[in-house]
Amino acid sequence: MKMHPSYEMLRPAKKFPTVWCPGCGHGIVQGAIIRAVQRLGLDRDEMAMVSGIGCSSRMPVYVDFNSLHTAHGRAIAFATGVKLHNPKLHVIVVTGDGDALAIGGNHFIHAARRNVEMTVILMNNMIYGMTGGQYSPTTPIGKRASTAPYGHAEPDFDACSLAAASGAVFAARGTVFNAVELEKLIAQALTKKGFALVEAVSPCPTLYGRLNKEGNAVKMLQWQKENTINVKAAEKLPPEKVAGKIVTGVFHDVDKPGYTEIYDRIILKAQGKE
Amino acid sequence: MSRQVVLLQGNEACARGAIYAGCNFFGGYPITPSTEVAEEMARMLPKHGGKFIQMEDEIASLGSVLGAAAAGAKAMTATSGPGFSLMMELLGYGCMAELPCVIVNVQRGGPSTGLPTKGAQADMMQARWGTHGDHPTIALSPSSIEECFTQTVKCFNLAERFRMPVILLMDEFIGHMREKMALPQPGEMEVYTHPRPKVKPAQYEHYGQDSGVGGAYANMGSGYRFNITGLTHDPKGFPTNRPDETKWKMDRLRAKIEDHRSELVMAEQEFLDDAEVVLFSYGAAARTSRHVVRQARAQGFKAGLLRPAVLWPFPDRLVTEVLRRIKAMVVVEMNQGQMISEVERANHTHTRILPALRYDGEMITPDEVMNVLEEAAR
Repeated sequence: MKMHPSYEMLRPAKKFPTVWCPGCGHGIVQGAIIRAVQRLGLDRDEMAMVSGIGCSSRMPVYVDFNSLHTAHGRAIAFATGVKLHNPKLHVIVVTGDGDALAIGGNHFIHAARRNVEMTVILMNNMIYGMTGGQYSPTTPIGKRASTAPYGHAEPDFDACSLAAASGAVFAARGTVFNAVELEKLIAQALTKKGFALVEAVSPCPTLYGRLNKEGNAVKMLQWQKENTINVKAAEKLPPEKVAGKIVTGVFHDVDKPGYTEIYDRIILKAQGKE
Repeated sequence: MSRQVVLLQGNEACARGAIYAGCNFFGGYPITPSTEVAEEMARMLPKHGGKFIQMEDEIASLGSVLGAAAAGAKAMTATSGPGFSLMMELLGYGCMAELPCVIVNVQRGGPSTGLPTKGAQADMMQARWGTHGDHPTIALSPSSIEECFTQTVKCFNLAERFRMPVILLMDEFIGHMREKMALPQPGEMEVYTHPRPKVKPAQYEHYGQDSGVGGAYANMGSGYRFNITGLTHDPKGFPTNRPDETKWKMDRLRAKIEDHRSELVMAEQEFLDDAEVVLFSYGAAARTSRHVVRQARAQGFKAGLLRPAVLWPFPDRLVTEVLRRIKAMVVVEMNQGQMISEVERANHTHTRILPALRYDGEMITPDEVMNVLEEAAR
């Protein structure tokens, strides 16, 4: 019997099966992260996976890295402390739309501004899954949630624009339908020296799909397939042709010194060595 | 080599104590009257190769501290009332995940924004019960500039040994007071750092190797790939909701304090041998109380002083035993009566207990305390 390539990076004896519902996209994101880490040949003893609270934030339990499952919204604050104290660690933050952009929004923008070296994988399913389908900062206006029974009244956040505007060095979006592209984007993000965001659009058939009558998991993936447009193609189209579609690809990619690199120079200065 | 004598502010002495204890990470947010701790750490930490970061709020401050602690740092934050309120969320995380760190609260008048520049001792119960759920608490309260230094060192040692956040409950009076102190020489005071595990990574259980006190535990990134979570967890650190594993975890947290109460009693006892009226006091209020006890003795009153330096866990047995052999106890504190309820809980002999309280932002005066002492002696 051939072993699944992800198997060696998992903790199957511990807490499997996962908490994720059948048809949830988060397992595909987990697979893409593991393949990206394997592709780059990173040592898992030097990988730290940090998360907050929510469905996506359960991932650190399943992946055999150094793992830190923190409080709701606070993953990036914890990750900042981990990275500053031990800059050798590759820090991956796994988070959701509510965790990163609502309760954790302040930590998100400030870590991006500081350019703390971490890869943030934001699994965006446009809903609070774990608590039963309440609207999140990425629920599109007009869509239904258990707390928006008549349709959602608020516009949604664009996490990639937010990260880029806040000072991140990398911001990209992929979908779980195109897991190959997602893996490439994550691998690219992992090589950046600074705050790098990959938003992974991940379907929640159990809650978002059911409340919005979008069908089962297969139909939701089919929708992703038919409604995704690459950023380069989208740039050539008028806005009305892009509206309502998932734009994927790399939105922002720059190079500048990361926080720990700058702080190392501050230490030298304080010690009179520079 | 003799000790260097310096004139220091309480907040500065606290920061110096942290450096002495080997603190190498500070995450904080500016707030009166604790800011000087952060300023001093920002100046000193990089010199010692440590890291200082001013976070976006107090929740993030304690988050960064706990993250650094998970990675093996000796980490600290300092704040005051409103910031301490924001930290309640992650204080519980630190207890549950068993992450060592020191949280300094330079208390000011509350509730809410209250009296930012004036002192109080009104966060005593918040320190004990502010975060949700049953949890252990260790809190110390310094009464002099020298103690701001030495108790900070002690807080780090206790945090490392008990694997939990330890709180230093200062107050604005002590934090902003200047006093001379003789700086301890390196090696003069104990500095404890938790031992690292010796077992093979496959055998390692992050919460299974020790009783929770004084044992070996690994840091993230040291070759032991364990899980840390704020969810109730098993000895390996993986989430559980099994009743037997939940009880194991909760009993483990409780035993940290209950099995080590005697080692956590630290109290100054003055004239207790023949005292009839004893002043129970701590922090800045104890400065007034000590003066009053001496004044009362000079006037012929058999007065004594009981000044716990460790407030949590509350020294129940010691207080019960003192109450048993005296006529009355006066609880002197700068709040509307917080630790007095603990003293009453420890009173098994119907001994008279009187409050001497002040909560208008000013130091309680010797006259105010003396009046209550005289009434107690009647």
